[in-house]
Amino acid sequence: MSVSSVMPQTTSQAKPSWRQTDAEPFVRIEQITKQFGDFTAVNNVSLDIYQNELFCLLGGSGSGKSTLLRMLAGFEAPTSGRIIIDGVDMSHTPPWERPVNMMFQSYALFPHLSVEANVAFGLKREGLPNAEVKKRVADILDMVQLGHLARRKPHMLSGGQRQRVALARSLVKQPKLLLLDEPLGALDKKLREETQFELMRLQEELGITFIVVTHDQEEAMTLATRIGVMNHGVIVQTAEPHDMYEYPSNRFVAEFIGNVNMFEGTVVTDERDSATVHCNDLQGLVYLDHGISCASNQSVSVAIRPEKLRITRDAPNTPHNRCEGVITEVAYMGSQSIYKVRLASGCEVRVTQPNAQRDSGDRLTWDDHVHLSWDPDSSVVLTS
Amino acid sequence: MMATSAPSDSTRLSLMQRFRALGLGRWLVIMMPMLWLAAFFFIPFLVVFKISLAEAMISVPPYSPLIEWDPNNAYATLKVTFGNYLFLFESRFYLDAYLSSLRIAGISTFFALLIGFPIAYLIARSGPTARTVLLSLVILPFWTSFLLRVYAWMALLKKNGLVNDVMMSIGLIDQPLQILQTDFAVYLGIVYTYLPFMILPLYTTLEKMDLSLIEAAQDLGAKPWRAFCLVTLPLAKPGIIAGCMLVFIPAVGEYVIPALLGGSDTLMIGRVLWDEFFLNRDWPLASAVAIVMLIVLVGPIMFMRNGNKEAL
Repeated sequence: MSVSSVMPQTTSQAKPSWRQTDAEPFVRIEQITKQFGDFTAVNNVSLDIYQNELFCLLGGSGSGKSTLLRMLAGFEAPTSGRIIIDGVDMSHTPPWERPVNMMFQSYALFPHLSVEANVAFGLKREGLPNAEVKKRVADILDMVQLGHLARRKPHMLSGGQRQRVALARSLVKQPKLLLLDEPLGALDKKLREETQFELMRLQEELGITFIVVTHDQEEAMTLATRIGVMNHGVIVQTAEPHDMYEYPSNRFVAEFIGNVNMFEGTVVTDERDSATVHCNDLQGLVYLDHGISCASNQSVSVAIRPEKLRITRDAPNTPHNRCEGVITEVAYMGSQSIYKVRLASGCEVRVTQPNAQRDSGDRLTWDDHVHLSWDPDSSVVLTS
Repeated sequence: MMATSAPSDSTRLSLMQRFRALGLGRWLVIMMPMLWLAAFFFIPFLVVFKISLAEAMISVPPYSPLIEWDPNNAYATLKVTFGNYLFLFESRFYLDAYLSSLRIAGISTFFALLIGFPIAYLIARSGPTARTVLLSLVILPFWTSFLLRVYAWMALLKKNGLVNDVMMSIGLIDQPLQILQTDFAVYLGIVYTYLPFMILPLYTTLEKMDLSLIEAAQDLGAKPWRAFCLVTLPLAKPGIIAGCMLVFIPAVGEYVIPALLGGSDTLMIGRVLWDEFFLNRDWPLASAVAIVMLIVLVGPIMFMRNGNKEAL
């Protein structure tokens, strides 16, 4: 894929372990396949996850992300392939012998036990002395700010509190790896945002490797050090959130993460540092400031994010990367406005503009004739 | 002060009225089962209680009246005797009958639980189609008369019945065993008859149990057996209690099964009750036996009720 060649090198001092080529992965998933009858839930997935990562498995329902997580926890045995955690092959180790804990989507708090007893459950199974169990339970409950509710039963807690009990219960055993299945799915929007940062703080403080399964791309973008997008049992791309958004490697990822305008086209010229693609939808040429290293006349997709398009009444003075149309829909969202523009080809384009001024005076509205333009480095060419 | 308190008073009044309006509907709904209980439980209970305080007489009805009205002197005498109850406690026979009933019911309930739990667990964990089939299999015996099924057991268990024949033909035994007319046959009969009442409440609690709870227990380091003891069993407690109650209580007063399957030495209070009523025609004593049995059963019922409250 051409994408990796155009990725800008990030110049941070300490390179994260997943960018180092010689780093030893902490969790190594080797060609894992899981079949249920003749349905293949996870299809030959290989994935390396490093120490202290907060890795997000992102995908729709039925993408196989939960099955992969359940195999890491030990609830499902892989049909083939290996799972190596901290250097030990754990493919067929039962869940109660793995140094892994899981936070369930439903939280799975024991309804007959108090908050305290729920958190102590795992420690008691280790046969630790009572005094130590008590101390560790008290410490972790303080950490999630639930010390005052220790004697309550789960049904007497709010959703957010239950979520924190579940988190405390899975963290108290100090696992090497924490698996979180849709950890924020049951929380309302405001609480979800707060908890995201709480999760990131805890992860940094405790230095435990987190693997989070989610269907919410925004959640994945905020939380993750890296994201693995899954579709039909396969990981279609693994990248850091920024790269995932700006340099999707295929149509599925481009459309799954955020919004995107997709135009079909054919390659006209392709050189080392520039390329042009002709798109019927745009009735013109798309000019790129990098090569795409593929045969000319090959059909490709050009993806442009809505916020990378400029929308103006006046015609831009560039020969390429422009088109014009009529506004068919306007949505004022407060911080930004969303426009839908119908091009002469009949194709509809989504454009977002930040509302920088309180009132720009000349506000674009329905049926306005507008010009769209974008920079040579704003579009992404996808071949698959 | 007056100005501020007046409106709050008026709102309180209207709230009260609203509550009353709502209360009437609720009152009616609650009244229906209450009336039912009064008509078919409480009033018969009072009648039996009244008879238990009388003396046996050879007359119709065969007991002395509670209130004797003397029309000449225009006064009534209340005739109450606790002699029947005293007789129950003085005689070793009745105490033995109660204890034996409780023992037989207790042992039967235990075995019904032991057999019923795995069945209920299996049904709760099987797929939707298998679940429907299995559940209807559990309920299927109710389509035949209970009495017929007990008679069928007699045919199976008798000396030249199917069970003995099969065991002899495969060489397990040389002589036919005496199975019928033993306590074992009574246990078998009670467990067989009341098993559905154990399975159904167990199934309902096990079926709504979140499977991820077991996974969570295993994830936290509990082996499957520990997870079962620490999570499944405590959560199944309401079902276990309900099932045991539904088996134990009718089993204590069971008459047909010990009469048909039990031996002459199988002492159960239901049989004693029958004998007192219909053989001795001592209605007052029989009524006293019935009242004491009810009191004996109130204990476990209260215990189970409390247990259920705790589980919720």
